[in-house]
Amino acid sequence: MIEVKNLTKRYGPTVAVDNVSFNAKAGEVLGFLGPNGAGKTTTMRVLTCYLSADEGNATVDGYDVFDQSVEVRKRIGYLPESAPLYLDMGVIDYLKFIAQVRDIPKSQRQQRTKEVIDICGLESVIQKDVGELSKGFRQRLGLAQSLIHNPPILIMDEPTSGLDPNQIIEIRNLIKEIGKEKMIIFSTHILPEVSATCSRILIINNGKIVANGSPESLAERAKGGEVVDITIRGPAEKIESKLQGLNFVNEFDCVNTVDGLLSYRIASEKGTNAAEELFQLVVQNGWSLTELRQESVSLEDVFRELTGESVNKEVAA
Amino acid sequence: MNNIAAIFKKEFRSYFNSPIAYIFITFFLALSSWLFLQGFFLSRQADMRGFFSVMPWMYLFFVPAVTMKLWAEERKLGTVEILMTLPIKDFEVVLGKFLASFALLGVTILLSFSLPIAVASLGDPDGGPIVGGYIGLLLMGAAYLSIGLFASTLTENQIIGFIVGIGLCFVLLIIGQEFVLFRIPSPWLASFFRYLGLGTHFSSILRGVIDSRDLIYYFSLIGFFLYLSTLRVQMQKVG
Repeated sequence: MIEVKNLTKRYGPTVAVDNVSFNAKAGEVLGFLGPNGAGKTTTMRVLTCYLSADEGNATVDGYDVFDQSVEVRKRIGYLPESAPLYLDMGVIDYLKFIAQVRDIPKSQRQQRTKEVIDICGLESVIQKDVGELSKGFRQRLGLAQSLIHNPPILIMDEPTSGLDPNQIIEIRNLIKEIGKEKMIIFSTHILPEVSATCSRILIINNGKIVANGSPESLAERAKGGEVVDITIRGPAEKIESKLQGLNFVNEFDCVNTVDGLLSYRIASEKGTNAAEELFQLVVQNGWSLTELRQESVSLEDVFRELTGESVNKEVAA
Repeated sequence: MNNIAAIFKKEFRSYFNSPIAYIFITFFLALSSWLFLQGFFLSRQADMRGFFSVMPWMYLFFVPAVTMKLWAEERKLGTVEILMTLPIKDFEVVLGKFLASFALLGVTILLSFSLPIAVASLGDPDGGPIVGGYIGLLLMGAAYLSIGLFASTLTENQIIGFIVGIGLCFVLLIIGQEFVLFRIPSPWLASFFRYLGLGTHFSSILRGVIDSRDLIYYFSLIGFFLYLSTLRVQMQKVG
């Protein structure tokens, strides 16, 4: 449905998007993840025909975003970052304006407007001017605006930024709900958001796609092995020599000793059932076990690993 | 057509949803009536010449104030990002905005009809120059608006848009004035400048004769600046 090939966009000497290619199919919820300034917004702006690219091409539903931009725009609902709206318009007037430009037949405008008001929970503010709305309601109105023509594709730039935790959860639930019928592309730099809502993640850094896959597969590729946290009561020397003797243990680290309780963080080979083996070891030696936990490698690790360099640079600067 | 109408409606309502329209109309009428009536009772002649002759200068400051927000505000608020990703052609947006500002100016000019009515009740003015004058006001106003609209596409700062608009109109206005033409050595260039001057054609319309040359001048000037605005809007896509 969306095909992007070798897209490059420069702002003067800065390369904002660098030779990016990806595809997205109907029914996918695609998350763009990356540090600020990675090129997420620019990529979205090219897809929505707001910006032109310097090289490469992109098609939406078979229509070229540069040559057939009106056709592309008809198929996309777009919510730009921080939902820019006309502050002096009434909520209803604004939706009516969008409905008219979106070419919704006059007979259906009323009904479509009512539908998006329901979906986005705007009933309580329909009498107000946009300028009087809180940030959360503006975001919802922005979303309503992007849904009014029932587009097959929805593109949202940081839909949850600047919202309070309750609003964030509401918007996420909306995204999930809408994602059942539509293809959604949204960007964020909040990690739990993508694992909570996306079927596929693109991690973008310095204008390049550095990872592309489902949240699970990305987490898996983060590290070659598993990490187990274990706390044992027993003789330290003996425990450590036994741990050394296990062939699936790559390395271990004594992280804490309190009242004879020894806490270790053990990195093991992948697929070795390290936790089970460690339990057996403790039982055989008659030590006592107070904690055994298999760490799941999080998306955060993948993210840090893939984008860490630029983050460090930012800190240094 | 539908798109142009939608943009027109949105912009025109936005003038009246904010104090802009009311302040504009009030001060425009107050100032132009004052300037006119000041001389009117002194000259003791029942005509509107005094009213029309100050108009090129009134427009200079008032018209860019109407157009300055049309693009600059969209860019400042970021709303241009939604606007330009709607299925709408760039020239449709430009035209819709231009027509909305023209409608506001038209309403204002319509409201100034109280002046010719007052003049007619006091004396027996010649109707031709008055009718011609009003047509000229609309044409010249549209030309100023197209220039102001273009100035607004250049910046996201309304004040800059306003001042650049005044500057562009000012240059186009004075190059047609005797004061400037007098100093141009080449007669060919002088007559070319006279033709380009924003006020030249207005004064010829004021004589009560609407020449096709004057119409062509205004329409091509308007077309040219609307085209420039569209180009400018398209250029912004390059980033």
